[in-house]
Amino acid sequence: MIKVTIDDIEIEVEEGTTIMNAARMIGGDVVPPAMCYYSSLPGTGGKCRTCLVEIAAGSTKDPRPMPKLMVSCSTTVQDGMIVKNRTSEKVIENRGAVVEFLLINHPLDCPVCDQAGECDLQDLGFSHGKEGSRYEEEKRTFEPIDIGENIKLHMNRCILCYRCVHVANQLTDQRVHGALHRGDHTEISTYIEKAVDNDFSGNMIDVCPVGALTDRSARFKSRVWFLKPMNASCECTKCSGKAVVWMFGKQMYRVTTRQDQYGEVEVKDGKPEWICNECRFDKKDLEQWTIEGPRHISRNSVISQGHYEVSKTNLLK
Amino acid sequence: MQSLSNRSKVVSNKPMTFLERMYLPVIFGGMWITFKHLFKKNVTLQYPEEQKVFAPVYRGQHVLKRDEQGRENCTACGLCAVACPAEAITMIAGERKKGDEDKYREEKYAEVYEINMLRCIFCGLCEEACPKEAIFLTDRIVPSQYEREDFIMGKDTLVEDMNNRIDISLRQMTGKRGEK
Repeated sequence: MIKVTIDDIEIEVEEGTTIMNAARMIGGDVVPPAMCYYSSLPGTGGKCRTCLVEIAAGSTKDPRPMPKLMVSCSTTVQDGMIVKNRTSEKVIENRGAVVEFLLINHPLDCPVCDQAGECDLQDLGFSHGKEGSRYEEEKRTFEPIDIGENIKLHMNRCILCYRCVHVANQLTDQRVHGALHRGDHTEISTYIEKAVDNDFSGNMIDVCPVGALTDRSARFKSRVWFLKPMNASCECTKCSGKAVVWMFGKQMYRVTTRQDQYGEVEVKDGKPEWICNECRFDKKDLEQWTIEGPRHISRNSVISQGHYEVSKTNLLK
Repeated sequence: MQSLSNRSKVVSNKPMTFLERMYLPVIFGGMWITFKHLFKKNVTLQYPEEQKVFAPVYRGQHVLKRDEQGRENCTACGLCAVACPAEAITMIAGERKKGDEDKYREEKYAEVYEINMLRCIFCGLCEEACPKEAIFLTDRIVPSQYEREDFIMGKDTLVEDMNNRIDISLRQMTGKRGEK
């Protein structure tokens, strides 16, 4: 076990833990935001630069500060390391710059986008972004394309986090979905728009931090804040059958995986609870699901408007 | 108990005098006031022949604006409905089909857009929330109806007619928008 200090909070973690995971053990405001890192997908991280932190002292042996800000999702902790996240002005300033960079090619079409209300980039822009952009050139544009029967790809909105490519790599046997071209020409695509027809390909929609990959079966049906998320389960031979169904009255508009406070799929017994395409796209009937109760939604989220949940903690307050 | 306002009067029960019992002086006094009003300036307007000029901040019936090319501005983002404290606004979004680019400005549009004028409190928050400058409250009065259902206004009444455009420049000048 080694000792690290993050934002003046000391914690003992195992060797090999990343700064991000050590911060998540503390929880709360200390946790740096992440757009590309996804704990259930090994190999992700290090691309979006939103989780940059300042390292004021490298370790007990070598207490010099690191010259540049480090990506907390792929830098491992060392004994005696002192990390500054929200206490560092440099970090806050840099995060604003990163948001500006991410928004260079991202269209501001939130009123149209289905992800609005649960979008990581929207949250990040709200907390760290600047009011205006200094970018004057034209944004790159693509036509939205259908990849497979159920997924819509809006390449305009993609921030190239590669999470979906990792889903394709790690959950599916044959890879038909990847990145084409290089640098700022990079584009997520299936090879010659070949359909992604794997049973678990729908999980790409959930890992996408922005609205680049959206559910075609729920496209433009409603806004997330008008729907009521409910924990539900069904008997499924392919997946765990544990999901969140998004209800509008007695109609079911959308089925997603259960996500934790970091927007990542919940992990039970070391296994991420991905759901299969049949549960996600085809089971839209209330009779096919057992409703367990309302999903817990953070008070800071717009989805919590008009959303009532009675839990033990709420009753005690 | 002592009065808090110090304005209370003790009720007296003394018998009325002869003049008071006649009531005539009081009646003539009242009629004199009525007579005086004949020569005063009228406060009523002969609506609809005469119409009052509204203040620029007046908030009346809504309009869903179109842009210069006649395309609907509204993209059914739902922000007006979520901002509405009276829950008067409902909508169903639709996807724009190929060939409809001259009808709707964005990829998504409102297939159904309804405002219940009986619920609406004319607070103007929908206008404030709108990111597309699509909804505005105008200086028009919501017409009266015989049936409750008729107060639910759909797109047929709300969307502005290109041949008879509705001027909202005064609304745009008021409040925050004027500062920009």
